[in-house]
Amino acid sequence: MKTPAASAPLDLAAIRARLAGARGQEYWRSLDEVAQTKEFQEMLQREFPANASEWTDDVSRRNFLKLMGASLALAGVTSCTRQPIQKIVPYVQQPEEIVLGKPLFFATAMPFNGFATGLLVRSNEGHPTKIEGNPEHPASLGATSVFQQAAILNLYDPDRSQAVLEAGEVSTWGLFLGALNGGLEEQRAKRGAGLRILTETITSPTLAAQLQALLKKFPAAKWHQYQPVNRDNAHDGARMAFGEVVEAQHDFDKVKVILSLDSDFLFAHPEGLRYTRQFTNGRRVSHDRTEMNRLYQVESSPTITGSMADHRLPLNAGAVEGFARTLAQQLGGGAQAQAGGDVQARWISAVARDLQRNRGASIVIAGEQQPPVVHALAHQMNDQLGNVGKTVGYTASAEAQPVNQIQSLRELVREMDSGAVDMLVMLGGNPVYNAPADFQFAERLAKVKLRIHLSAYQDETSAYCHWHIAESNFLEAWSDVRAFDGTTSIIQPLIAPLYDTRTAHELIDVLMQQPGRSSYDIVRDYWLARKVWPDFEPSWRKALHDGLIAGSALPSRAVQLKMAGGLPPASAGPVGAQGERLEVCFRPDPAVWDGRFANNGWLQETSKPFSKITWDSAAQVSVPLAERLQLANGDVVQLRFRGRTLRMPVWITPGQAENSILLPLGYGRTRAGHVGNDTGFDTYLLRESEALWFAPGLEISKTGEQYKLASTQQSHNVQGRGLVRDGTLAQFRANPEFIHANEEAPKPNNTLYNPGEYKSPDYAWGMVIDLNTCIGCNACVVACQSENNIPVVGKSEVARGRDMLWIRIDQYFRGGAENPKVTNQPVPCMHCENAPCELVCPVEATLHDHEGLNLQVYNRCVGTRYCSNNCPYKVRRFNFFAYGYADGKAASLKPMRNPDVTVRWRGVMEKCTYCLQRISAARIESKKQGRRIRDGEVVTACAQACPAEAIIFGDTSDAGSRVAKLKAEPLNFGMLGELNTRPRTTYLAKLLNPNPDLEAQA
Amino acid sequence: MPEGDPKITKGPEADVGYPLTPLGYPSRILGPGETYDTVTERISSIVLRHPPLKLWWVGFAIAFSMLMMFLFAVTWLLYRGIGIWGVNIPVAWGFAIVNFVWWIGIGHAGTFISAILLLVLQKWRTSINRLTEAMTLFAVACAGMFPLLHLGRPWLFYWLLPYPDTMGLWPQFRSPLVWDVFAVSTYFTVSLIFWYVGLLPDLATVRDRAQTWRKKFIYGVLAMGWRGSARHWQRHQSAYLLLAGLATPLVLSVHSVVSLDFSVAIVPGWHSTIFPPYFVAGAIYSGFAMVLNIVIPLRRIYKLESYITLRHLNNMANVMLATGMMVAYGYLMEAFMAWFSGDIYEQYMMVNRAFGPYGWAFWALMLTNVLIPQALWSRRVRTTPILLFLVAFSVNVGMWLERFVIVITSLARDYVPSIWRMYYPTRWDWMTFFGTIGLFLTLLLLFIRFLPMISMSEVRELVTEHEEVEP
Repeated sequence: MKTPAASAPLDLAAIRARLAGARGQEYWRSLDEVAQTKEFQEMLQREFPANASEWTDDVSRRNFLKLMGASLALAGVTSCTRQPIQKIVPYVQQPEEIVLGKPLFFATAMPFNGFATGLLVRSNEGHPTKIEGNPEHPASLGATSVFQQAAILNLYDPDRSQAVLEAGEVSTWGLFLGALNGGLEEQRAKRGAGLRILTETITSPTLAAQLQALLKKFPAAKWHQYQPVNRDNAHDGARMAFGEVVEAQHDFDKVKVILSLDSDFLFAHPEGLRYTRQFTNGRRVSHDRTEMNRLYQVESSPTITGSMADHRLPLNAGAVEGFARTLAQQLGGGAQAQAGGDVQARWISAVARDLQRNRGASIVIAGEQQPPVVHALAHQMNDQLGNVGKTVGYTASAEAQPVNQIQSLRELVREMDSGAVDMLVMLGGNPVYNAPADFQFAERLAKVKLRIHLSAYQDETSAYCHWHIAESNFLEAWSDVRAFDGTTSIIQPLIAPLYDTRTAHELIDVLMQQPGRSSYDIVRDYWLARKVWPDFEPSWRKALHDGLIAGSALPSRAVQLKMAGGLPPASAGPVGAQGERLEVCFRPDPAVWDGRFANNGWLQETSKPFSKITWDSAAQVSVPLAERLQLANGDVVQLRFRGRTLRMPVWITPGQAENSILLPLGYGRTRAGHVGNDTGFDTYLLRESEALWFAPGLEISKTGEQYKLASTQQSHNVQGRGLVRDGTLAQFRANPEFIHANEEAPKPNNTLYNPGEYKSPDYAWGMVIDLNTCIGCNACVVACQSENNIPVVGKSEVARGRDMLWIRIDQYFRGGAENPKVTNQPVPCMHCENAPCELVCPVEATLHDHEGLNLQVYNRCVGTRYCSNNCPYKVRRFNFFAYGYADGKAASLKPMRNPDVTVRWRGVMEKCTYCLQRISAARIESKKQGRRIRDGEVVTACAQACPAEAIIFGDTSDAGSRVAKLKAEPLNFGMLGELNTRPRTTYLAKLLNPNPDLEAQA
Repeated sequence: MPEGDPKITKGPEADVGYPLTPLGYPSRILGPGETYDTVTERISSIVLRHPPLKLWWVGFAIAFSMLMMFLFAVTWLLYRGIGIWGVNIPVAWGFAIVNFVWWIGIGHAGTFISAILLLVLQKWRTSINRLTEAMTLFAVACAGMFPLLHLGRPWLFYWLLPYPDTMGLWPQFRSPLVWDVFAVSTYFTVSLIFWYVGLLPDLATVRDRAQTWRKKFIYGVLAMGWRGSARHWQRHQSAYLLLAGLATPLVLSVHSVVSLDFSVAIVPGWHSTIFPPYFVAGAIYSGFAMVLNIVIPLRRIYKLESYITLRHLNNMANVMLATGMMVAYGYLMEAFMAWFSGDIYEQYMMVNRAFGPYGWAFWALMLTNVLIPQALWSRRVRTTPILLFLVAFSVNVGMWLERFVIVITSLARDYVPSIWRMYYPTRWDWMTFFGTIGLFLTLLLLFIRFLPMISMSEVRELVTEHEEVEP
């Protein structure tokens, strides 16, 4: 056995530096070349997967030579697209259930931040191609977030780790077992005193049981947990309020008034999808329902939840506690507001009155980044308002062991430093990158004698470990996981592991020195042993089929407020008085989260809410602060916080609290992979264990440098055009037609050409998008990308204005730049009945069918781009390069493609098709059964993903369909209807439900 | 034109002594002392002996290098795709269309001079029509390349042509781009035939004067057996007149059709009924500017002052002044209609044009295309070749900017503000643009070198008429 401890960190660093240029299977074949030759680097550059690569239009010498060669045979090379010759071997024995061309759906679940979201995954001929939500699962309700939608790309990511590595060199599982056994024998003698396990948040019952068994075998060993975005504050808050760790389970269904204390509960909460559904259900307004809930949002930087607020108060994160305390005092009949100036005082009394008017029908919810006190105050206010048992319930935590993760990691780091740790096994996680900077994790990790890292990527932490074990993706291995409310799902794989990868279950089994069981056996044995089902096999099958174990949700629990009457003590230290001192805030990024999705091209190209930046991170500064410091977007600043410095560009964010600067987590990775490396800036460098989420004392200075940020929306001003329409609930009650006041839309069928073109036996497909419930979470965008094989184009192409996404979310700001009202507007193709794009195409490559679909015939398109010019909505996308086809170089991405959707070649226009392939599938099915397509049978990818059910698709010729009913609503309007385009996609106007008390003063 | 006493006293040597009318305008369309022999000798000698050869080679080297740059840029374009240009969404048409319209416009002066002025019996056209017709051909050749190159899949350009195919597909006749195909191809064909028919007698002259057998052979083939018989002349003249009649409506139709590419679209800044007349005026405007930019150096270098006289320059300047005023009126009407329509999109378009991010282009356009050409009111400017050259150059720049403003500024900001984006040309855009200038100059220099640039037969007619007036 080699002694890994012998290899000094210096060597590792050198190897790491060399390997940074290599990828996949090439590097061990030609390690020397990697280090020595430029040509090899160049080859790597070209060999990037297209989804990952960015287009550069420089002509190198090499390309020049190629070009000269090409010019000789010009006519030859460009006259046709040659398809590769591939031999197809048909099934000798067709597997049961598989009908070629017909997808199968399997229920499974995706763990994210430890918690489950139930999924239905589509499988085409044995490979998973699309992730959808499981309607039966309480944390999904059929919807998904961006992260679930994009997770499928991680499975096929060519940068994924594919083998066992020893000190960066490819090794084998057998060699690893040998090395491990040596260490374990040593530990057995010490009862495991030198053995430490570090995991992220674990809810898997099987894994938890395995870990317990391991700790039983090695009683002196310890299990630590850390993930950068954790629930420590919520747990400590519950401990403060109730003396035990409980999780609040909110029910937004019947709520009238919501106060969110810096909580992004629609997006960043483990139950975000269900909360979104319930919250938006309470905001759906129609001619016969004129009730709406009301959301007050107090937050430091604009969030997806904040964009839905009826009243939003930008406040330093540190000032939220004062706000909450004063409000709690008032609710408890205490003194009138004194803290925080006029606006805040008015706010507090108005909110207090409103909450009190709606006792038992309100919710106060605190954000995970707020200190425990704020959580305790929220619990207390819910108690005071009589919400407990009605809108707020309590359960135990679904986590296997809800410890304070920062303490847990601190303890581990201390022991590593003292040399007490001989062997550290990390199951997932990337602490070298994301542990608090003051822990100096990497340095201390180097003192551990045997370091083992199980991870899907050879990331920053792997580089510091002796052994790296490639981890299986959740779509290719068995496991189980619990949702936030405790509902347990068995994770069933859709495909055999693509590479030589292992799961955490298998690794723990090896630590138990019981190798040989597969994950399937481990999970199944656990559930057999649990004896939860009298008749195992049918119940097990049912659990797999349903995607959840019925009745596994945690029972609600009666808790007693331990602070009866009194208020929790204030947080120690100056958590951030409102003043000139700048406050630093950290939040997970809405696209790459804590960095774990950094190598996911779809998420990188998803434009972040508000800034609409892609592929980058920027420090978000408020408008007044930018004015004070004379900052412009993209100006690079030097940030200094407690002696640590970081240079990064700024982005001026309307709605940001004046003296608070938001630093998004998750960027600046150095070993994420080809997609994620060198994007954005690593803000973990400023994050300390004592200031995990926010703290005052940030210093900022301009450097004079500029950095190019690729934003997809430059203008957020609607310029007085009726593209989005909004108003208040009161206006709607007074005059339901108020949004049509200044409308100049021509009458339908006011045409010389073909009046009544769409006759009744045909379907008339149409879509309604409800601006009142759209939260702008981007799930539809990534869902569309996944369904329709939309390529990723890279930062420089996005910066040029060539993003390919078929649906985009426009955000318009209204009101002052300090705190604007936000309207989210998803914009897919409008499928105009009178489409301007159609008549200008010289080859008739775009035309509409008898069902009103505006079609794009890729084969016929020659690429004049006239249609795009003439599209007033600018929803058409053009393949300026062969974006989609460059994927061919990354073989692993091929099976991810939806086989029902053409991959478009260079020079061809494309756009939203209303998921034509899904309409066709439904049409075939209905014809076979001799009936019309039923309402709801065709669901577009965007509508299916939407947690708010803001997108409704269907047959408008059927008066009973949901979409037809919505189109008859008074709030329905067509964008740019005055151009007589007669769009089939229409919108429902956005309404706000402001509190008259606050409105009058504002 | 009646001549008076005054004569030109200042200016280039060759122009001194040139007679003026009593009002002080240039009078002669042919220099003094020109006879059949001098005309034939002077013009055919350029083709056969080519006096300032060194200068020609310098010019040709530059032009040919630019042409090579063009070929390089185009090869790379076909290899990599349209993405090497700066076009994006929403500005899906960039330099290619700007250049296309600019070149097509330049071509118009040639047809205007040779066809319309022929029909309205403007004798002064005879000494410049050959050159301007050649210019038309070359400009249309440059123009015609852009719509093909700018396609996403240029190798499928023939799908725009109506040909019977196995799938029974035809072009979509509602699209102005299909009209463009017809308009431009017709224009090129008619211009080519018209030019060639006019060349026949001169080719025969060159054949007859050629010394080497090779020249005799080539020019002989090109002359198609022209012997100058009365029957030849009779047929030639009627063919020429008929072709002039055919070409005349093209002057109006081609650029009208090109303008419909914009008018038919609903983009604010494009969707305007004034475009056809205003584009035609602009085309003739820029065409004459280009003719002046070519003719002024040429008459100097090849000492053609007695064929291309100050009278010609003055007349062309007058046409420019008139069409320039029409174009200015067009600008004014666009602004007026934007306000008068009450359409917020049109109104914003106008404000954005002048004060948006591309405002510099608009004001540069106003300067080069409206303000500077006002100098043409001065007779001194019109009859001073160097000043006229500068004004014409300004107009050429201005007309390019006009198309830039129309195409780019309108597209960059249309209906939906969320997708307003800027367009930045890449080096490939510039290389392609200057490359076509290289192609144009290369063709022009080859033409000057190998074909008679002034119509000898027609100038000889002029000599006859002059001799009748003043023997």
